[in-house]
Amino acid sequence: MRYLPLTAQDRSAMLEKIGTTSVDDLFADVPASAWLKGPIANLPNHKSEMEVERTLTALAHKNIAAGSVPFFCGAGAYRHHVPASVDQLLLRGEFLTSYTPYQPEVSQGTLQYLFEFQTQVSMLTGMPVANASMYDGSTGTVEAVMMANRVTKRDGAILSGGLHPHYRDVVKTHSELSGFTIDCLPPSIKATENLIKKITPETSCVVVQTPDVWGNVHDVTALANACHAQGALLIVVVTEVISLGLLPSPGSMGADIVVCEGQSIGNGLNFGGPYVGLFATKEEYIRQMPGRICGQTVDAEGARGFVLTLSTREQHIRREKATSNICTNSGLCALAFTMHLTLLGQEGLKKLARLNHTLAVQAVDRLAKISGVTILNKGFFNEFALELSKPAAAIVERLAAQRILAGVPASRLDAAPELRNILLVAVTETTTAEHIETLALALEKECAA
Amino acid sequence: MNNEGRKTTPVTAAQSAQHSGMMFEEPLIFEMDQPGRSGVDLPDVPNVPLRIGTLAPREHIGLPNLSEPEMVRHYTRLSQKNFGIDSTFYPLGSCTMKHNPRLNEKMARLPGFSDVHPLQPQSTVQGAIGVMKELSHWLLTLTGMKAITLAPAAGAHGEFCGMAAIKTALKVRGEDRKIVLVPESAHGTNPATAAALGFTVVSIPANGRGRVDRDALIAKLDNNVAAIMLTNPNTCGLFENEIIEIADAVHKAGAYFYGDGANYNALVGRVRPADLGIDAMHINLHKTFSTPHGGGGPGSGPVVFSERLAAYVPLPYVKIEQDILSLVEHADDAAQSFGRLKAFHGQMGMFVRALTYILSHGADGLYQVASDAVLNANYILASLKDVMSTPFEGPCMHEALFDDRFLKDTGVTTLDIAKALLDRGYHPMTMYFPLVVHGAFLIEPTETESKATLDGFIATLRELAIAAKDPANKELFINAPHTTPRRRLDETRAARQPILRWKE
Repeated sequence: MRYLPLTAQDRSAMLEKIGTTSVDDLFADVPASAWLKGPIANLPNHKSEMEVERTLTALAHKNIAAGSVPFFCGAGAYRHHVPASVDQLLLRGEFLTSYTPYQPEVSQGTLQYLFEFQTQVSMLTGMPVANASMYDGSTGTVEAVMMANRVTKRDGAILSGGLHPHYRDVVKTHSELSGFTIDCLPPSIKATENLIKKITPETSCVVVQTPDVWGNVHDVTALANACHAQGALLIVVVTEVISLGLLPSPGSMGADIVVCEGQSIGNGLNFGGPYVGLFATKEEYIRQMPGRICGQTVDAEGARGFVLTLSTREQHIRREKATSNICTNSGLCALAFTMHLTLLGQEGLKKLARLNHTLAVQAVDRLAKISGVTILNKGFFNEFALELSKPAAAIVERLAAQRILAGVPASRLDAAPELRNILLVAVTETTTAEHIETLALALEKECAA
Repeated sequence: MNNEGRKTTPVTAAQSAQHSGMMFEEPLIFEMDQPGRSGVDLPDVPNVPLRIGTLAPREHIGLPNLSEPEMVRHYTRLSQKNFGIDSTFYPLGSCTMKHNPRLNEKMARLPGFSDVHPLQPQSTVQGAIGVMKELSHWLLTLTGMKAITLAPAAGAHGEFCGMAAIKTALKVRGEDRKIVLVPESAHGTNPATAAALGFTVVSIPANGRGRVDRDALIAKLDNNVAAIMLTNPNTCGLFENEIIEIADAVHKAGAYFYGDGANYNALVGRVRPADLGIDAMHINLHKTFSTPHGGGGPGSGPVVFSERLAAYVPLPYVKIEQDILSLVEHADDAAQSFGRLKAFHGQMGMFVRALTYILSHGADGLYQVASDAVLNANYILASLKDVMSTPFEGPCMHEALFDDRFLKDTGVTTLDIAKALLDRGYHPMTMYFPLVVHGAFLIEPTETESKATLDGFIATLRELAIAAKDPANKELFINAPHTTPRRRLDETRAARQPILRWKE
């Protein structure tokens, strides 16, 4: 077996040193009733690299890769171009095969990029501090709500109807299991909900997404003021992080905690994971933050260096009193994020964001001409909602058979009947004018018939 | 600490003299910013009016601007300041730092897996769901369990998932049990998880043999106990030999048995957790199944369930009907599920890597994995026990545990030995964990290390253990490491005056 270096000769020499004759003796503590005498039955034995590659490649070929067809899916995961250097560097073994940087003297590579990552996240979100990543945007949102409950010592989160329904469901699961209270507003497709009216002196936080899951962009300044007037925190969720190259930062609008899904920068679609959650907040709340945090310090010779810090919040020190149970997070995805963002820089990100937006504007103008298609958004970034004359899921399915991935039917996210005819369409820099035309022609046929 | 020495601000041209050999001083990206540069070339932006409502477009972000060659060199140099399994023996106990096969990486990058959207029509992702089905089949067969979820993002997330199923099952039974029993040797994630679900954690002491004290445990079992969380092999690297009796007692009391699968590498393919009486167990794909640790993630923590918990698996899960695979994603279609844990379907990229690893090994290879992992650990234990001190008798499983009694009166600590190992080119073992052993050294070699590597490490550690006893060698230890990119770092200062981002 190519991954196992011990030879039969090694094994017997080692057993001799141990003072026994069989490896089985080392398993003597395992109750006899639980012993398997030899490899487990009904599973195949080891295979060559060539054979494994053949099996996996055959499975991969059963999928339609986004890049091979006109593609418009978004709803929390976006297809962007990732420069080749990002993945090449990601494969460096010193990054790929290292552990959480518990020994800072030999982990300065990881620690420095985490410090840079935290700074970039802080700049992007317009917040003073950020942590070293969460699993993804949805789990980060749960952590943000629980953190707001700790900070305000209140129990009562209000979730906007513009929040991604999967995120809402994840928060709901945790609220039921961990025992905190949430008030979920119904899907707000046309951004007509009034969150400010819902805030009371018991409210711990309001969770709002911009651009929201239906594509609308929001100015949350007034909402932030209303939260603060009642002693509540404003949590702003961003699932398309490229938007921060064009839209005002949540921090500049008064957010207290910002959670983003960072997948759009540096990370592929990967059928939903692994992704990377960004988590940023104000300085006064850092000791209530979940997750790993990297900090700057000096070494014994006074040279600048980095360490994991504020670990008295964490499970390995505080155990049942920790701010979160999170341990392993998204190190490598955070590295991909920070490398891609380093390549983009301020000017690159701004241009990329404008490119996404203007291509989306062109797509909206083209699709709006189709009879049976209504555009629901006034202001949007790179994704928008179409109201079709028929159920969207069936149309998406039929277009998929023609090798067009037309977007995400809202019914995939939430079973509410008013969402049945809604189709979410995302446009990025990878979308071409031909793709938009192909989609338009196909929708014309579907909505006319 | 000497805070007055070298400058702690940007490296200037004059300071580049600090580069030594192949070790480079590297500034922060923010200190390399040069407006007017970019690392990407993008197409021209169409000239159309913005449609962002009443919002004003953003002007200032502050991100630095670098070209591609500068970016590539920056991260290459940073990588050179890291130890990885690729470069050296990395026997970090509890973490299973085994070789990460590159075929896994290649397969995960096939566009059919990496360039597939989680919400594409399911008819267009039958191969991706097929990977989930195939991986599930292997994990269920290897563990002997009845149901599985692949959704959790990491081990701790898996713990939450397993304990959530237990909480849900109790609710269905109409019981509100409050207590979770956790051995004091447990990983910190266990009590943190139980607390996150609103349970009260009650600690169970270890006995003189490093195992859970069975009688103390049984004495605590009553109708207020929801579950026990137990790692097996435990964090002392020992098999809980009374596990079946413990499981029986837990079940008789109407409670559930959560198995922390962090140490599953000792058992994979040789012992099925179902046969030990476990009701739920997470599996760290980034440990046992070789997906890369990546400097702290991403992980992946599928959870397997016994019959007693199978109905409560979270959304989404894989369903097979007449050869068509689908994902059940909505609560209406899965009445007993406790709900959704994560936005999408789990860490697909890790599923591909783990399945690649599993198919490469097969049943025979995995059997050998557990055998060699345990053999390697015992070889280290046997080779060092005369110069170091062992807290417990008998063979170990996949980790060798030592305490610090051999350092008594030397003035040298476990930490000092660890730092001295850095100077010798080894990543240290896990230190000061488990908490039940004073000054613990927890060494997990894994099965992917050769005898020659182990012999080299053993010789080094022997030498250090012996040297520690001679006061003349103090400098070897007290100020170690001497040869690494940085010397010991001032962690107190980092925590007292937190600097968490670069500022101009």
